[in-house]
Amino acid sequence: MKEPNDIILHAVIKVAVVIILTFSINLFFSGHHNPGGGFIGGLGFSAALTLLFLAFDIETVRQNIPVDFKVLTAVGVLIAVFTGIGGIVFGAPFLTQAFNYFDLPVFGKTELATAVLFDVGVALAVIGTSMSIILSIGDDH
Amino acid sequence: MSWLHIMILIPFLYAIVVPFIYRMFTPRIHTGWFVLVVPSVIFLYLLRYIPVISNGDTIIISVPWIPSFGINYTTYIDGLGLVFGLLITGIGALVVLYSIYYMSKLKESLHNFYVYLLLFMGAMLGLVFSDNILVLYVFWELTSISSFLLIAYWYQREKSRYGAQKSMNITIFGGLAMLAGFIMLSMMTETYSIREMIRQTDIIYEHSLFLPAMVLLLIGAFTKSAQFPFSIWLPDAMEAPTPISAYLHSATMVKAGIYLVARMTPIFGGSPEWFWLVTSAGLITLLYGSFNAVKQTDLKALLAYSTISQLGLIMSLLGMGSASLYFGAGDEASMYAVAVLAAIFHLINHSTFKGSLFMVVGIIDHETGTRDIRRLGGLMHLMPISFTLAIIGGFSMAGLPPFNGFLSKEMFFTAVLNASDMSIFSMESLGLLFPVIAWAASVFTFIYCMILIFKTFTGKYKPKKLEKEAHEAPVGMLVPPVILSSLVLIIFFFPNVLSQYILKPAMAAVLPSYSQPGEIEIKISAWHGWNTELFMTMGVVVLGTFLYLYLKKWIGIYSIYPYSMTFNNFYNQGLGKMEDMSVSITKSYMTGFIRDYFVYIFSFLIIIVGGAIWYLDGASFDTSNNAPVSIYEGVLIISMFTAALTVLFSKSRLTAIVAVGALGYLVSLFFVIFRAPDLALTQLVVETVTTALFLLCFYHLPEIRKESVRVKFRITNLIISIGVGAIVAILALSANGTRLFKPIAYYYENSYELAGARNIVNAILVDFRGIDTMLEIFVLGIASLGVYTLVKLRITGRDKG
Repeated sequence: MKEPNDIILHAVIKVAVVIILTFSINLFFSGHHNPGGGFIGGLGFSAALTLLFLAFDIETVRQNIPVDFKVLTAVGVLIAVFTGIGGIVFGAPFLTQAFNYFDLPVFGKTELATAVLFDVGVALAVIGTSMSIILSIGDDH
Repeated sequence: MSWLHIMILIPFLYAIVVPFIYRMFTPRIHTGWFVLVVPSVIFLYLLRYIPVISNGDTIIISVPWIPSFGINYTTYIDGLGLVFGLLITGIGALVVLYSIYYMSKLKESLHNFYVYLLLFMGAMLGLVFSDNILVLYVFWELTSISSFLLIAYWYQREKSRYGAQKSMNITIFGGLAMLAGFIMLSMMTETYSIREMIRQTDIIYEHSLFLPAMVLLLIGAFTKSAQFPFSIWLPDAMEAPTPISAYLHSATMVKAGIYLVARMTPIFGGSPEWFWLVTSAGLITLLYGSFNAVKQTDLKALLAYSTISQLGLIMSLLGMGSASLYFGAGDEASMYAVAVLAAIFHLINHSTFKGSLFMVVGIIDHETGTRDIRRLGGLMHLMPISFTLAIIGGFSMAGLPPFNGFLSKEMFFTAVLNASDMSIFSMESLGLLFPVIAWAASVFTFIYCMILIFKTFTGKYKPKKLEKEAHEAPVGMLVPPVILSSLVLIIFFFPNVLSQYILKPAMAAVLPSYSQPGEIEIKISAWHGWNTELFMTMGVVVLGTFLYLYLKKWIGIYSIYPYSMTFNNFYNQGLGKMEDMSVSITKSYMTGFIRDYFVYIFSFLIIIVGGAIWYLDGASFDTSNNAPVSIYEGVLIISMFTAALTVLFSKSRLTAIVAVGALGYLVSLFFVIFRAPDLALTQLVVETVTTALFLLCFYHLPEIRKESVRVKFRITNLIISIGVGAIVAILALSANGTRLFKPIAYYYENSYELAGARNIVNAILVDFRGIDTMLEIFVLGIASLGVYTLVKLRITGRDKG
């Protein structure tokens, strides 16, 4: 079979993916006060990865991003559960979240919330799920 | 969070570390050495509680879990829990030590083994120290699951898988019944705390759910403790490695049912139903187990049946002791209370001698390569230490002095004799049966103990029939059974130390009327005169020896009873029938056409949702609060209509997919107009990803073609699709028209103060309703695994045939 040579597609997507990834990370962190959050951030992230998989072939991307997305899902779920258990350790009910304001060197007065950790779990689970579904369907010849 | 809670969590946390330890040290150091620390430390920690508990105090520490539902993780230590805790960790430590020598560090996948073992240990600890019945239930099922994993540890063998599945089927069935019983109990008392329930026994007695709750609970206990007829799983569970058999099936898991019965005695005890159910199940199991043990030719199977019978003995003692609650306190009550004491005493004794016997059998298996009695014999000179251990354990099990089994056996006889004199619960006519059954079962117990000892160790040594040259086990393998055997002797000579510090507090937990120390005076002594009990024991020895010597003459009676009438056969047949039936049912509706599945789903939707709307008169259209439709919205609606119609009438699949995508983007525009940026964003990204997915699937789909279907079928489709459309439209309109509750946002107006989040949607997702989100990502994860297995394993399945 003849290999298609999609130089323009590759070039555009390399730039686009960076932009989308940046945007989705921004979405993830802004979730606490503005539209965004773990679910949407994670989905955006996997949309970017999907673009990569569409433009380049699966093997190439796999070599460059050697992540087992099934494991990623499990890690995400575990992070979410453990932040929940964290509440119990401090004598509060399961899944209690806490937040406070701190003076950080670069950012100035910043709010740090444990909810973000929980959200990390959500995001990882979402990325892992969507990517492993897409990959297992896309891989099946 | 107290040290007590952490102690229960330690095995679970340690289980996470074990695989890493395994990977780091494997060829050099046996992983078991690292695991040994856990039960030892917990055992030492629990020892601290003995003085406190023996003073008559109890300890209760609560950690809120889901306080809004009254579900708290409450640990409660009383005498009963402590006995079990010490057994779990004490025997656990010995078993781990034993397993270091039993399980080869090179050939076995030890990380799996110890992870399962630690899971099991933690689950058992959680089970016996929980006051909350729901927490107890969770740990209960966790013991079933971890024991399933342990039994199936050598999963390459078909028998292991069969045994594991059987034990899981039966114990989980019982666990579910028990859950129903727990729910009934909590309905009656409106609490999940066992201690609260004990305070409300009057309400429970009067309630109409009393009997169903009791029966369901007992099913749970009986399946777990292998009572007749649920006992069939225990012999098959012997496929597990011997350390596991010693741990799960003699010392701990099977005793969870005993624990439950003991724990629930203050609630249900004193009623005739409880007395009869528990006692008769126990006595029947005792007789059945001991009778069947005699015919076994596999040493472990013999021990399995003996465990069944001994569990029956303990169970029947608990049943007889529960009569004490009928009398409250006083002389008559204390006469029956001795049965409970004997139950706990025998529980401990059984763990010591049976644990050591299992280990001895493991040694024989390990050093000769077989457990078949017919091939063994004459090992006495080759394995003198094992022989001594077998004598101590076996004679103790047979109830002979000077071993601890003698003491509890005598107390058992006292209890059945007391029970036969009982004047309540219509015992007048049936009372005589109790001593008769107990005595007959003891004769069989004596016979199988003798078989175990003498058929294996005396007679002619047959090296040709063995796989290996027999020799004594390494020292490390002998240490745990030696410790257990010395306990057998120590307990015989100093039973009152045990009784003072351990047994009495445990009895007080089962019979709350004796909650103060010193209220009941019990001295356990080896010699108590020429009484009926002693004559019964002598009769057992005489008749037992006689029957053992002429075993060949009467062993034929076992073949009279046909296999087709056994419960094992019923189980196998039933399982097979069930599989056939589900296959035929599945085949009848799994046509392979997705449109058929849609027909099922949508017809149910119409029937259930439509029916509910019609039945509850739920259709209502309130247009008074509607905002005027702007020009943008009008345009959007028309575009959506067009997109939807395009899907319907498109000739190519690609057009349809693109049209569906367009529909989704238009919906997200709606969200933008109605100022829901979160939803709009999510919708956009979801739409993008699903369209990509669609396109991926597209590759695999065949060309779209005009399906030639019968007209009749088409009319059904039409009706269903119109029905679904109508129902969804009515539902949406009525949802707007009916406001039963305040809008959900009302609850979270102070999201910034409570969660520090200005984005209320996010605050709800991760903060206020975090458990929803957590479970959602669970579902996501499971779904992805499902897709993965469906897509990937389908190929290998097809290859196989």
